Amino acid sequence: MINGIIIVLGIIMIASAFMAIYMRSLLSSIIAAGVISLLASIIYLLLAAPDVAMTEAAIGSGLTTVVFLYAFNKVKGRGEDNHG
Amino acid sequence: MTLVSIIGFVLIIVGLWGMLTQNNIIKIIIGFSIIDTGIHLLIVSIGYIKGKTAPIIDSVLLKTDAVNQVVDPIPSALVLTAIVIGLAVTALMLVYAVNLYQRKQSLDINDFEELKW
Amino acid sequence: MVKRFLILLVLVFFVIMLLPLVSDIQPQTELNPLAKKYVKDGPDELGSANLVTSVIVTYRGLDTLGEVAVLFIATAGVGFMLRRRKGSKTNPQKKRESSEILQTGTALLTPLIFLFGIYIFLHGHLTPGGGFQGGVVIASAILLSMLSFPQSEINHKILNAIESLSGVLYLVIGILGIYLAAGFLDNRILPLGDFGRLFSAGAIPVIYSLIGLKVGSELVGILDSMQRSDS
Repeated sequence: MINGIIIVLGIIMIASAFMAIYMRSLLSSIIAAGVISLLASIIYLLLAAPDVAMTEAAIGSGLTTVVFLYAFNKVKGRGEDNHG
Repeated sequence: MTLVSIIGFVLIIVGLWGMLTQNNIIKIIIGFSIIDTGIHLLIVSIGYIKGKTAPIIDSVLLKTDAVNQVVDPIPSALVLTAIVIGLAVTALMLVYAVNLYQRKQSLDINDFEELKW
Repeated sequence: MVKRFLILLVLVFFVIMLLPLVSDIQPQTELNPLAKKYVKDGPDELGSANLVTSVIVTYRGLDTLGEVAVLFIATAGVGFMLRRRKGSKTNPQKKRESSEILQTGTALLTPLIFLFGIYIFLHGHLTPGGGFQGGVVIASAILLSMLSFPQSEINHKILNAIESLSGVLYLVIGILGIYLAAGFLDNRILPLGDFGRLFSAGAIPVIYSLIGLKVGSELVGILDSMQRSDS
């Protein structure tokens, strides 16, 4: 049972990793990278490490995505309207 | 080889592939964070023992019996701090990327050729 | 094309190098000797019900101190790279006000999330969680209010004071351990108390609260400098 769940989660994680690398839109890549962390936190919970699961869910998929989005916002906002 | 360690290994390889093939700096940093997750999965999978529970003692899991019933707490402790450091390092890298962008108005790694020979 | 081939070559070498390491990971059936010692002696020696916490705060406390230092250096790096240039303080485009629903909801939720973060790091020795997780929850509460009130300023003096004070107190407690107990960062400078109560496990709740405040204020610092630097 647990093995089945882990296999499914692993396949989704690896697929999102490829998506994160090959997506044309940078925003989609960032979200896909967040999905990897979120699914990893479920695997930690199945591996009997609830402390790590909490940390990964809060940091890996929450704050890291926010930090990426702030950086993305800075990079995108300038390039389009004003070069100066 | 356990199942989770294979997933972690594949994630490390995919992340490294992304870091080496992509040209966009933000994509390179995303590849780095994928490697990060893979390494964490690998380390946690070392400590897992099948059929055992989390190392927290309460009225169900008694002190005297804990040795036979819990998983290894040390990999969890290592990974827990490593995740927090990973966030700080990722933020630092992104700030450098933003700074480079402000210099050259470009995120393509091939535009930064000052160190090429 | 040549580049692709070289990358593939590097990757193949990397796989060959790493594969023995991964294939050596066998499904375990029992704890290794070090973990056995921590699990067997931990609850009686340190009085912490969460064994991960006892490993982080006391048995491997020096490592945690090092990691907090790394976090501090990374935060200082972010703040340095995004420092505001003098004179360019005026922000030409005004940020849009957020909607009233968001503002009211934030005013309702922020204190609750804050309280939840404090709960997590105070109960780090009893339940899953601890200083790092609690600090992140506090940072996300402040992130929420930063997003819904973009005009508001965070008081940097208070932030810096909390961060440096908790760092210094962490070190002071560590040094007190040398004189009052067995060694650096020993938690037995305070009485161990009843096992499983909030005020037990010696100095572990104190140390973890300090770590929580420090991590929280540092992450708020990172988020604040990333949001603020409009450049």
